[in-house]
Amino acid sequence: MNDEIREILRLHAHLPIDPGSLATEADLFAAGMSSHASVGVMLALEERFGVEFPDHMLKREVFGTIDSIRSALEELAGVR
Amino acid sequence: MESARGVGVDIVDACEVEDALARWGERYLARVYTRREVATWDPSPRRLAVCFAAKEAALKALAPPETEAVPWPSIDVQPGPRGTLLLELFGEGAKLAERRGVGRFVGSATLAGDRAAAVVVALGDTA
Repeated sequence: MNDEIREILRLHAHLPIDPGSLATEADLFAAGMSSHASVGVMLALEERFGVEFPDHMLKREVFGTIDSIRSALEELAGVR
Repeated sequence: MESARGVGVDIVDACEVEDALARWGERYLARVYTRREVATWDPSPRRLAVCFAAKEAALKALAPPETEAVPWPSIDVQPGPRGTLLLELFGEGAKLAERRGVGRFVGSATLAGDRAAAVVVALGDTA
């Protein structure tokens, strides 16, 4: 799943660096992802994984790292 | 007497908005903007970029904790005279503003080429 998330970040996060070089706990906003770019990341994640982030998940904490994104997706998929 | 409770600024590249509209269309609009905003600012990517910059600037002025969710449509932005902004909050946005002691906002926006920028000051009664 981390690879898929990194690919979505590569396409939609508009990061100045390759997401493949980021640690899974690295702060994506600090790495250069803008707030508007996080919208595209959210929509791309929803499309790719067939989920919809509910309002209570629309917070910086969820989209801040690869780890937090994966955790949120796992929660939505009912894995956690 | 009012005083500033917070200030926020944001800049948005209209090309990113244009890409989002082309890629996600109505889904993008529905998740980010209120119906009033769509009626006012759509379909221009540059104008929507102004709107989004203002939303983010308002959020920054309110400084929500990273653990708190404030959906983008809980902030409605409308154009005022001479580049000013009119903001109204609903739901989680309104609750956050109340907790912060914010009664109103003043804001201004500008466009430079494809870059939209907005600054918002959150105002509240001096304790």
